[in-house]
Amino acid sequence: MRSIVCIKRVPDSEARLRVSPDGKTIDASGVKYIMNPYDEYALEEALRLKDQSGEGTVTAITVGPDDARETLRSALAMGADDGVLLRSDGSMDGVAVARALADEIATREYDLVLFGKQAIDDDNMQVPAMVAQMLALPCATVVVDLEIEGGVATAKREIEGGHEIVEFDLPGVIAAQKGLNDPRYPSLKGIMAAKRKPMEEKDIALAEPTIELLGLTPPPARPEPQIVGEGPDAVPELVRRLREEAKVL
Amino acid sequence: MADTIAYAETRSGSLRPVAGEVVAAARKLADQMSGQVVAVVVGGPGSSDAAADLARFGADRILVAESESLDLYQPDATVEILDSAAKAVVPGAILFPASAQGKDLSARFAARLHVALGSEVTEITVEDGAPVITRPMYGGKAYGRFRFKKSPALISIRPNVFPATVDPREGAIESLPPVEVVPRTRVVAIESSERTALDVREAPVVVAGGRGLQDASNWRLLEDLVEALGDDATLGASRAVVDAGWRPHSEQVGQTGKVVSPNLYFAVGISGAIQHLAGMRTASVIVAVNKDAEAPIFGVANYGVVGDLFEVLPRLTEEIRATRGSAR
Ligand SMILES: Cc1cc2nc3c(=O)[nH]c(=O)nc-3n(C[C@H](O)[C@H](O)[C@H](O)COP(=O)(O)OP(=O)(O)OC[C@H]3O[C@@H](n4cnc5c(N)ncnc54)[C@H](O)[C@@H]3O)c2cc1C
Ligand SMILES: Nc1ncnc2c1ncn2[C@@H]1O[C@H](COP(=O)(O)O)[C@@H](O)[C@H]1O
Repeated sequence: MRSIVCIKRVPDSEARLRVSPDGKTIDASGVKYIMNPYDEYALEEALRLKDQSGEGTVTAITVGPDDARETLRSALAMGADDGVLLRSDGSMDGVAVARALADEIATREYDLVLFGKQAIDDDNMQVPAMVAQMLALPCATVVVDLEIEGGVATAKREIEGGHEIVEFDLPGVIAAQKGLNDPRYPSLKGIMAAKRKPMEEKDIALAEPTIELLGLTPPPARPEPQIVGEGPDAVPELVRRLREEAKVL
Repeated sequence: MADTIAYAETRSGSLRPVAGEVVAAARKLADQMSGQVVAVVVGGPGSSDAAADLARFGADRILVAESESLDLYQPDATVEILDSAAKAVVPGAILFPASAQGKDLSARFAARLHVALGSEVTEITVEDGAPVITRPMYGGKAYGRFRFKKSPALISIRPNVFPATVDPREGAIESLPPVEVVPRTRVVAIESSERTALDVREAPVVVAGGRGLQDASNWRLLEDLVEALGDDATLGASRAVVDAGWRPHSEQVGQTGKVVSPNLYFAVGISGAIQHLAGMRTASVIVAVNKDAEAPIFGVANYGVVGDLFEVLPRLTEEIRATRGSAR
């Protein structure tokens, strides 16, 4: 199995993010960055498929700034064979990012392209299906289970109130959801080996964005919290307020 | 003047609950752009009959592609059908539900047209005759406002956020011609959960439990509350209890689970970690039950009860039963 895994460097989910005074960017000072959590599931799946088939390669690709090199290193430490940094400032426009990834992927040989289902910074949830469409590849998004046999992939994708079973012939695209597997932690040996693994870097120009950011704002404030009381005796008052004040019962 | 297409999702020949929300949101948008609402319905036998209901929410025209082969979601065929509809209508905007299907389809279609897609949108306004969207980003830690640089504007709307307002129009049904495609991606089956309950993303009322419940068997307490709350209510869970194997992943609320916006959200024995808040901050009313008065969940809850859930829950279920009983 030859797999390509698209990974993104994102602020840690724990990070307290603030909107910068310019109202258009996130103040990232002091924020820790991580590999997008869903991309870890994608990478883990690619590593397992390679192990199971006993042959093949796993290539990690990212579109991002110089710092994204660290994220590629983590992928190599987990077990990817090589990394590709498509250097650019990145974009909130999924179409532009998908185009850049599709152009790079088109130059390579592969059986499967794996993504996370969502990047936890822009929360776009669109790049995987866009890349598939651009490359005329079959695609299953939000995948929680994947079997590959005889060149046919069977994926289980999460839908409201159940799952869809999706089949396609390789090569194809999947986008990983939590539940697909348990991503491994890089071993010390893996971290050492990562330093010697090949990493390709090239500058790219992203396509003109198809969308324009007008501004970022903090989330709308929630109403002042009220503690209704303590213990079960507070329940009648809670129910009264839900009914009369909030009118939700 | 520009029309708006509303993609009204079906399953097994019936409209999904979110379909009315999409058409009603399209109605509001179309009114501001002085255009018509064209609903597009793709599905198996029964879809045409079901589609007629969309007139209630403001569909001027309803285009239906119905066939046995479309009973399950077929992405490649649906992209072609939508493309033929978009060519016939020349829309200024196309609205989708931000459901599993809507997100998959809208991304494919955006790539097909090479136009932008705004996902999980919570607000749509019109400025200078064109749609401007607001959407949560960074797990809800910031909201972005965007303008589209190309037409049509593709938008998926977060379920339960836009009201399914009734605003009837003629809603004449027209059938779309069949399309010939060799599918690359084949959806072969749907496995429904054993429970027929609503999905946590679609339910107006969510009762979510966390590690404070101590054991999977104690979910009976939450199930009783759901039952007391009626057909609108369903269960949710924190990641801690999903990872413990007490609850299925499909119920997980949060950054690596589902983002929900119900009218009423109960967080029971949930501490309120930042990743959990990412999934439920936009609920209209949040009720927290936790024995730790310092738990961060109380910081976002409209109403909090500090106490032992094993004492509070049975009482709550009882009171709600009594209230709803007398209300009927
Ligand atoms: C990348 C990443 C993604 C994540 N994604 C998610 C996500 O999508 N969703 C999510 O939920 N979490 C997510 N988490 C995990 C999150 O950080 C928390 O660990 C998790 O939400 C905690 O679950 P909990 O509140 O049930 O458990 P705890 O934090 O252990 O809280 C249990 C609460 O129950 C209360 N309690 C205990 N006993 C009682 C009692 N008898 N009566 C009343 N109250 C009681 C306690 O006071 C406590 O507040 C993520 C973490 C990471 C790193
Ligand atoms: N800049 C990027 N570089 C590499 N992969 C990306 C990038 N942005 C998004 N992706 C991939 O696309 C998935 C979905 O991202 P998004 O559509 O932005 O939510 C992510 O989980 C990644 O696998």
